[in-house]
Amino acid sequence: MSATASARRLGDVLLRLQGISLSFGGVKALDDVSFDVRHHEIRAIIGPNGAGKSSLLNVINGVYRPSQGVVTYKGAARRQMRPHEAATQGIARTFQNIALFKGMSVLDNIMTGRTLKMHAGFLFQCLYFGKARREELEHRERVEHIIDFLQIEHIRKTPVGRLAYGLQKRVELARALAAEPELLLLDEPMAGMNVEEKEDMCRFILDVNDEFGTTIVLIEHDMGVVMDLSDRVVVLDYGRKIGDGSPDEVRGNQAVIDAYLGVRH
Amino acid sequence: MRSPWAMRHELLLDFVMTIDPAAKAADTFPKLLLEHARMHSGRTSVREKDLGIWQSWSWSEVGANVRALACGLAAMGFKRGDHLAIVGDNRPQLYWAMTAAQALGGIPVPLYQDAVAQEMAYILKDADVRFAVVEDQEQVDKLLEIKEQLARLEKIIYEDPRGLRHYTQPFLHAYSEVQRTGKQLDACEPGFFRQEVDLGEPDEIAIMLYTSGTTGRPKGVCQTHAALIAAARGACEFDRLGPGDEILSYLPMAWVGDNLFSYAEALVGGFTINCPESGDTVMTDMREIGPTFYFAPPRVFENLLTQVTIRMEDASRAKRALFRYFLDVARRCGADVLDRKPHVSLSERFLYALGDLLIYGPLRNMLGMSRVRAAYTAGAAIGPDLFRFYRSIGVNLKQLYGSTETCAYVCLQPDRQIKLDTVGLPAPGVHVKIADNGEVLVRSPAMLKEYHRRPDATAEVFDDKGYLRTGDAGFFDADGHLKIIDRAKDVGRLASGAVFAPNYIENKLKFYPYIKEAVAFGHGRGMVCAFINIDLGAVGSWAERRNLAYAGYSDLAGKSQVYELIQRCVEQVNAELAADPMVADSQVQRFAILHKELDPDDDELTRTRKVRRGFIADKYADLVAALYGGKGSQRMQTAVKFEDGRSGIVEAEVQIRDAATHASQRKSA
Repeated sequence: MSATASARRLGDVLLRLQGISLSFGGVKALDDVSFDVRHHEIRAIIGPNGAGKSSLLNVINGVYRPSQGVVTYKGAARRQMRPHEAATQGIARTFQNIALFKGMSVLDNIMTGRTLKMHAGFLFQCLYFGKARREELEHRERVEHIIDFLQIEHIRKTPVGRLAYGLQKRVELARALAAEPELLLLDEPMAGMNVEEKEDMCRFILDVNDEFGTTIVLIEHDMGVVMDLSDRVVVLDYGRKIGDGSPDEVRGNQAVIDAYLGVRH
Repeated sequence: MRSPWAMRHELLLDFVMTIDPAAKAADTFPKLLLEHARMHSGRTSVREKDLGIWQSWSWSEVGANVRALACGLAAMGFKRGDHLAIVGDNRPQLYWAMTAAQALGGIPVPLYQDAVAQEMAYILKDADVRFAVVEDQEQVDKLLEIKEQLARLEKIIYEDPRGLRHYTQPFLHAYSEVQRTGKQLDACEPGFFRQEVDLGEPDEIAIMLYTSGTTGRPKGVCQTHAALIAAARGACEFDRLGPGDEILSYLPMAWVGDNLFSYAEALVGGFTINCPESGDTVMTDMREIGPTFYFAPPRVFENLLTQVTIRMEDASRAKRALFRYFLDVARRCGADVLDRKPHVSLSERFLYALGDLLIYGPLRNMLGMSRVRAAYTAGAAIGPDLFRFYRSIGVNLKQLYGSTETCAYVCLQPDRQIKLDTVGLPAPGVHVKIADNGEVLVRSPAMLKEYHRRPDATAEVFDDKGYLRTGDAGFFDADGHLKIIDRAKDVGRLASGAVFAPNYIENKLKFYPYIKEAVAFGHGRGMVCAFINIDLGAVGSWAERRNLAYAGYSDLAGKSQVYELIQRCVEQVNAELAADPMVADSQVQRFAILHKELDPDDDELTRTRKVRRGFIADKYADLVAALYGGKGSQRMQTAVKFEDGRSGIVEAEVQIRDAATHASQRKSA
């Protein structure tokens, strides 16, 4: 898999973070972190618990406002990306703890991912008439493609709350994909999965990257997965960046080894 | 009363009225397709659920697709007599590939899509396969894994391009690309396709199906167009199938049953086949289509009933009471109402009609069987209680008997002449007789031409009078219905000399929803012992209702409460066995619940899920010894193969229990 990953051609820089710092009261969650993500890349963020990985994703999609630093996305530099801006500009994400509507069916959950792309007025939507009807059919077709892509046909009408954890993760990915993102942020997409589910998820992530050309930033703890999937890896420890490079470079980096395995003080 | 022969003659006349005149002249499958495309071009030939919607293709569209694919294959060098492997779920495109190969005088070889790469390698080598049409990346990866061993394999054609974009192997081609090339060739040489089709003769081999390999290596069974068409005509005529009928094609394409029903009969009868969205959606898809003709092996009917039972146990008290009451009514008179027997009383009829309104109708609807005119089961013996259940709720479930060698066409149960323990009368055109040793012998137009490259096996399977040895033991009852007891070679004797038919006992055990598989031992032994596989769904839900926590199959299988549950089932089976003097000595005296599920990937079951008793006896020799040695438990370490191809070890202390037996009624009487 790593062979195919390196064979892919990467594009220009899509997202650049420069000197990002973020603190909660006295706690420095992120301290002067800089890195970039290129078009069509799979970029992994790794690090021990509490290293600031999820905070970094939250900075990228605008949930947190960094105290210092600049986020440059598609050439536009700003201090804070606002969440709705991020969404309209093609950034979608999944969450570490699944954030789906448990009582709604899989299909409806994925349809919510299309909300931003619906333009018909409220009244038309209520009456399911004219443009609203045409739109709904179009969106449904897109959603069906995603359902087919992620092989979840058999649970299309099942309420999400009744699904196994691994499947819920897949549905969440489906919802993120429904927004047709350019940049997809995945927060521990494989946490709590068994080996088989992990392999499925890996295949889906590679396929998404491949078929839709989506750029992916993912946080993951399973080193095997990270090394197989990603083009480049950022390593965080206590909010600081301690490594950045190809999987092989990162694996040989002494600071990274120390952070993961611990050092004698 | 009129004889069955006279009634069959009547059916034959009916058939002449209903069957398509177009289909009658054509003597090969491609010719049949061309006739349908010409005569009723607009009628729906095939549907597939894709993107949540049933997409359909008319006969003329199917004709055009097959034509383009056949021309494309020819352009790539596919020649008369070549073998074309077909691997994947039931997809219209894969059925078209069968016709396309046949149109060029080639021989399609469908393979089980869930077979691991090494199993495929054997068949691909044995059949000298040059071309393969496969469904998706999964199958392409499997073929690439074994490509080195297959010197003859030249081209792999895939239907679904997803994930295959970066595969650069020059021998990989997209289905649509082949069709495009085909259209170009067709435009240059418009007469080519028709000419190739006209070259086809009915006595040429139409398809090669591999036996499941219950005994030894799989053998390639070569069936001609004439044989399959004879079987399909006979079967269509028997149940009056024709345009307007719908069937769901969801069984493996490599199985003779699917080939007969979804391919041969569909082309002969001109009805519509429907391909489900995926293996997991069959239940929903079946409800949406409402097939009029349904075929399933007993285990599918068993699974459906298990699901119904589980769901009813979770229903409210009132619903459960209603369900139980009306199932009792159905048990008393349902089958007789379906058979239009005159002796059912008026009050019973009224209750049954009420039950039909409240329970049976909705239940049939849930099962997707509202429109079913004829449902068949075959492949393994069906438990009488299971069989009776479906008939009693108004599903015209019947049994048939056949094998890969006989195009699954030997005996059929005619409507209203249903017996629980027989497989029906010999089908039109088929002669059946019983050999001295009890083996069933068959002669019919629908028999194999030969085993591929196995003249020894071919010579062995036919006797000197041209009858085919089925390998099954059976006899005719007083009404001329054939009764199958077991495989001729499986029927053994206990040390006491009493008959031991392991299948018979296993099937009785498997009727209990909690028991998924059973393996009985006893040949040459003093008593009968059995391995049990619990049904994880049914027992799991049973355990949940009792707040019994468990971690996976092995843990649940070892629980003493589960042992008590299974023991009750075994003892009930013993009571039933005791009632029949023939098998009273075969009561199960000791049993063990296996710590792992029997699995085709571990070679314990065939791909059609028949237990391989000999293999299991060897693999679990320690446990068998413990059963007969009187031990209370046995430590077992068993190798398992996971779905991704890796292997591991399952280890457990397997408990062994004694089951109470009953005195034979013959002795007590």
